[in-house]
Amino acid sequence: MTTTTRIERHHYDVVVIGAGGAGLRAAIEARLAGKKTAIISKSLFGKAHTVMAEGGAAAAMGNVNPRDNWQVHYRDTMRGGKFLNNFRMAELHAKESPQRIWELETYGALFDRTKNGKISQRNFGGHEYPRLAHVGDRTGLELIRTLQQKIVSLQQEDKREFGSYDARIRVFSETTVTELLLDGDRVAGAFGYYRESGEFILFEAPAVVLATGGVGRSYKVTSNSWEYTGDGHALALRAGANLINMEFLQFHPTGMVWPPSVKGILVTESVRGDGGVLRNSEGKRFMFDYVPDVFRKQYAETEEEADRWYTDPDNNRRPPELLPRDEVARAINSEVKAGRGTPAGGVYLDIASRKSADEIRRRLPSMYHQFKELADVDITKEPMEVGPTCHYVMGGVEVEPDSGAAVGHVRGLFAAGEVSGGMHGSNRLGGNSLSDLLVFGKRAGGHAASYADSLPERPKVALPAVEAAVETALAPLQRDTGESPYTLQQDLQAVMGDLVGIIRREGELADALVRLAELRERVAKVSAAGGRRYNPGWHLALDLRNMLVVSECTAKAALERRESRGGHTREDHPAMDPQWRRVNLVCSLEGDSVNLARKPLPKMRPELIRLFDRAELAKYLTDEELTEFDALAEEAGN
Amino acid sequence: MGTKRQFRIWRGDEDGGDLQDYMVEVNEGEVVLDVIHRLQATDAPDLACRWNCKAGKCGSCSMEINGKPRLGCMTRMSTFEENETVTVAPLRTFPVIRDLVTDVSFNYEKARETPAFAPPADVPPGDYRMQQVDVERSQEFRKCIECFLCQNVCHVIRDHEENKPAFSGPRFFIRAAELDMHPLDTRTDRKEYAQAEMGLGYCNITKCCTEVCPEHIKITDNGIIPMKERAVDRRYDPLVWLGSKIFRRGETPQTSVTSARAAGPATPGPVGGSLHSHAGGSHDPQAEAQAQSGVNWHREVPHPTAPAVDERGKLPLTELTFDRAAAPSPFGDDVTFPLPPEHLNFAHPEQDKH
Repeated sequence: MTTTTRIERHHYDVVVIGAGGAGLRAAIEARLAGKKTAIISKSLFGKAHTVMAEGGAAAAMGNVNPRDNWQVHYRDTMRGGKFLNNFRMAELHAKESPQRIWELETYGALFDRTKNGKISQRNFGGHEYPRLAHVGDRTGLELIRTLQQKIVSLQQEDKREFGSYDARIRVFSETTVTELLLDGDRVAGAFGYYRESGEFILFEAPAVVLATGGVGRSYKVTSNSWEYTGDGHALALRAGANLINMEFLQFHPTGMVWPPSVKGILVTESVRGDGGVLRNSEGKRFMFDYVPDVFRKQYAETEEEADRWYTDPDNNRRPPELLPRDEVARAINSEVKAGRGTPAGGVYLDIASRKSADEIRRRLPSMYHQFKELADVDITKEPMEVGPTCHYVMGGVEVEPDSGAAVGHVRGLFAAGEVSGGMHGSNRLGGNSLSDLLVFGKRAGGHAASYADSLPERPKVALPAVEAAVETALAPLQRDTGESPYTLQQDLQAVMGDLVGIIRREGELADALVRLAELRERVAKVSAAGGRRYNPGWHLALDLRNMLVVSECTAKAALERRESRGGHTREDHPAMDPQWRRVNLVCSLEGDSVNLARKPLPKMRPELIRLFDRAELAKYLTDEELTEFDALAEEAGN
Repeated sequence: MGTKRQFRIWRGDEDGGDLQDYMVEVNEGEVVLDVIHRLQATDAPDLACRWNCKAGKCGSCSMEINGKPRLGCMTRMSTFEENETVTVAPLRTFPVIRDLVTDVSFNYEKARETPAFAPPADVPPGDYRMQQVDVERSQEFRKCIECFLCQNVCHVIRDHEENKPAFSGPRFFIRAAELDMHPLDTRTDRKEYAQAEMGLGYCNITKCCTEVCPEHIKITDNGIIPMKERAVDRRYDPLVWLGSKIFRRGETPQTSVTSARAAGPATPGPVGGSLHSHAGGSHDPQAEAQAQSGVNWHREVPHPTAPAVDERGKLPLTELTFDRAAAPSPFGDDVTFPLPPEHLNFAHPEQDKH
């Protein structure tokens, strides 16, 4: 066995796991609080998945429409999340986003401008006013680069003061954490490996901030990068923290499923708005069969009427391709399951036969160029193959809203960004994730720093725990009888994509749990060929167990929640149920198995609930809650 | 559905390696990175390769495909002939870690050496006002996804380890340019700094960096040349120059083009000692003949003529007194670009083994 004495050891006050927007913002805050801070990045510094965010960062600065303010933003966020959001997180987010964006300018960010020189803001789905600060369609990149460069500038300050760039903030790039180490119920450190050399590394630190992003790699079709294996979710679970809202995943109905070079990349809704239609493998424009009764009046019943709508929307009803996202996704899903899908498991989105090439190029220039350049697909000549794409996980580590401290049986653990849960409720609004990263990244970093200060003595890393971590990490390399991690990942993706995907049914979810249990046994025996040096097969083998436990949480919670809300659609329970709104499903680990519990949602403060109309609240709240609201309103009226 | 295609992929580590042949299934519409992923899932589970977004946005999957620096996710298989062998090698300018993964820490070191944004002290957050036209110039450079293909292709450091300490490379020239053009940056010496500390003078504008940029940033035209121009403006202002000449009249000739070797290059950097090979041909006819027929690693390549600097270590730049029109090459007079390919010390990876 490898002796633990040979493991490289580091001592830090705060260790931040994850180098995306939330992680970098947390690290900046911890360093500004004077703490010795480590940033652990699974990829190279600056390559985080945050770069994929295109739309912008939502913040009620009121630069474009002065009527915008935090109350309006708060309302939009709660509506988007179908009132399942942690109200305090949504409140903090709405209040603090503008400062966090302005702060980026002092770090050197260059957002697009309004005519009077302020930060320009754009409209986006679900936001009442133009609210998204943006830089063309590369806002995420701007955010990452700005934070990255701010960290460099702090390192330059440290170099001047202490003679070393790494004196107070150091980036460990291409380093993966596999275990958190505890001293009783307190975080004592983190254990991981350098991907480059395969050598192990031990961080001793009283405070750890998780900022590891999402879980999308457990799905067949995803817009997420390879890093999104739910590491932070799993680390938190194993350390004794809880996950909430894991049943809520955001799927986009039209992601490319073929060719592989663009699999997962989103096809904007405006393709359908501009005349694109969905057809199955038999060539049938199938959406007419899927108009639900509640929408019947607004949507066309014949192709002729639908086609007239594009030029004469006042006298015709909308084509059914423009139904809400979940309806479109449900329809695509049904067609594919009925065997009328494309070979790659999607349907055809056809605009080529509907518009002239010139017009397509003029109306959809970036779509045209993206698919031409990346996939050699000419959308003016051939239909696209699309299907639902896994995009974002709303669920995550249950945290104290103000501090980002994980709730559960562990102290010293903090979480921010996609890995934390609650902020977005059952559905995230576009643009809210980038500001979420900044607001809660800063909070988690700051509170981690003050937690580290508050400890009378440092927790100690126990040697046996390190030895166990070494053994677990090396196990896949030492076995040669198990299956390939790539096969196992494919099988996991198939289970999650087919059975716990965008449209869920009780029978399928139960089946998924059985299959996940089988997979768990196979993953426990996974073997990786090759050595320790930059071995992606080995890295995947170690990530698999995280993906698996997080998938179990999602499947269990999805089976339990018998309603449809936001990113969770149950075909057998298609309506939203006000009783379910009052409940968060909380996952924790008991030994090895996932335990699911119900927990009441925190109750919104009176001054916040009064921001809403009664008529709107009536759609979400139970009668009992409404009576309470009426009493409140009366009290305020007197 | 798919066809089997021939791939040659460099496998190895810092101790050496070679191109290995693979026959791998390729489907319609795939890119090189898809094929590498298929190889990982089948024949080569431990094949090391960096990637993240697979959409041309993160700049992780930089590699050399059939000799050209490219992003694996943006190189479509349809750009190759059906029977063409696709050769994939790691970036050449950086040390290999394993297979297609190289140690790019050079770039992160240079990033740390580049002075950060200097915000105005008296403008509080929220009060920054800038016009769109003013931020657009810097925004072009902020499109950079840090794939480091420009760094990799730059002949100043490609095969020239000795230039690395003094040369930051195109990525950081545009970082300096971006800050120089930032409407609210308070540092006023970005150009001078780039000239004095970042090795801007080594760049002789061959535009290779611009050519390989997947973001289509006009690195040379919009970044490097404007940085050079103003540095030149200030440094070589004719009046300033004339003044200095008048006061030091009668000293060594100002424009002695061939005597500059002793004076050293215009920019600091360890040049002396080692053989300098991109300067052009060897003067030994036998070695020349060998170079024509293949790579001769032992051929003696003389130092090129150093830049024609004067006794202040600066390039003279005025047509009034200089012996030709326009500026002298910072690489010396006996270097012409493009360099003849047989004079590049390109090492075929297979030959690296020896």
